[in-house]
Amino acid sequence: METYYDPKDLSKFAEISEGAPELWKKFSDWYGAVFAAGALTEREKALIALAVAHAVQCPYCIDAYTQESLAKGADLEQMTEAIHVASAIRGGASLVHGVQMKNVNTKLSM
Amino acid sequence: MELKIRNKSMMASGEKLANAEEQLKIINQSSGIPSFDTKLESSGNGHLTSGKIEIFQVNIGKMCNQVCKHCHVDAGPDRREIMTKETMELCLSALASAEMLTVDITGGAPEMNPYFKWFVSEISKMGKHIMVRSNLTILAANGFEDYPEFMAENKVEIISSLPFYKSSLTDKQRGEGVFEKSVAAIKILNNLGYGKENSGLKFNLVYNPAGAFLPGSQSELEKEYKRELLKNYGLVFNNLYTITNMPISRFLDYLISSGNYEAYMEKLSISFNTVAAQNVMCKFTLSVGWDGKLYDCDFNQMLELNLNHGAPSHIKNFNISLLENRRIITGQHCYGCTAGAGSSCGGATA
Repeated sequence: METYYDPKDLSKFAEISEGAPELWKKFSDWYGAVFAAGALTEREKALIALAVAHAVQCPYCIDAYTQESLAKGADLEQMTEAIHVASAIRGGASLVHGVQMKNVNTKLSM
Repeated sequence: MELKIRNKSMMASGEKLANAEEQLKIINQSSGIPSFDTKLESSGNGHLTSGKIEIFQVNIGKMCNQVCKHCHVDAGPDRREIMTKETMELCLSALASAEMLTVDITGGAPEMNPYFKWFVSEISKMGKHIMVRSNLTILAANGFEDYPEFMAENKVEIISSLPFYKSSLTDKQRGEGVFEKSVAAIKILNNLGYGKENSGLKFNLVYNPAGAFLPGSQSELEKEYKRELLKNYGLVFNNLYTITNMPISRFLDYLISSGNYEAYMEKLSISFNTVAAQNVMCKFTLSVGWDGKLYDCDFNQMLELNLNHGAPSHIKNFNISLLENRRIITGQHCYGCTAGAGSSCGGATA
């Protein structure tokens, strides 16, 4: 069955450069610099990327950053905790809007 | 998919892949991947040729107290192939006749060879630098309690696998309880001065991925290992070497049975690094098998790719001038040493 997502498409990512090579170069340079070790280690950055990949629900990024996290020395325990962080923020973001619901409720109700 | 639980070698289990020819059939038929030689030539490296031999690597036996799930030697307690004293004497003659400065002793668990101490002492008398690839657990095993001190006395550099700084992945790859025993062994080594600055006793760890992926940055992983092992167990070591898993023996079996084989080979080939290809260890290494046969590296040894192209194939015919500048035997497995940051017995090469 055809789907919008094909794992093989991930390796074609660089082909996006064809439409705008200069922008792609800027993106690639910036991307490389972002993930280089700095105040955070490469492993910590890979785990953040993995968590964000789940928050934005990007299958390509989940595949890529699971592999990257493993390669940078993370284990299943660390990757699972990172995903829980993303999930907690997503869940919390919904729940905290309950304050708006309460505000409206308070205003309208007797 | 998890690696298979093993308590005996593939050879003892009668598995087809224990046979080197069977492995080569699979590796060299990898579809859609250019041949390693073609890739090497198109990168401007030409044929691989050795230079001056700096490391004389001796595999003194396939016997081991562990049955690690990724082992390229298919080592284990059931393996009986160990180097005899006569073959060791031939190695000593070769060492005396040439300038090779470093002797790298590996196995199996090399300590389990009954002539290990004698061999190390004789090499030590020659003033050569000695490296021993120890699995750590053997150093804390019954009957081997005096081995750490013996190695320290002979200024032996120790290189040991520790796939992770926690028990989870280490035990998964090397067997239940291996991490705890390894920690106990490292404590013994640290107490002797191993891994400590200015002690003159070098102790290096080896990281290899616990699955079908390439190792990350060696320097970054070293920082993580140093921080975690010191914080959690008070342990120290000198350097961490990252080594890529070769698609041979038990790891090949894992790749095939987990459905990762094709993708892993593709990953190795697309990650080909010209700089790593220029620095491959076979260029300055000679590998001796337990039976005295000669090879370009320990991986070729396990695939039984005995030296040819006019170079002597057995230690009894050792001839340094024929061995230096020999053409190296290559295959699709060689992509394992040239992928990403490169891989060798001394870690990353690029």
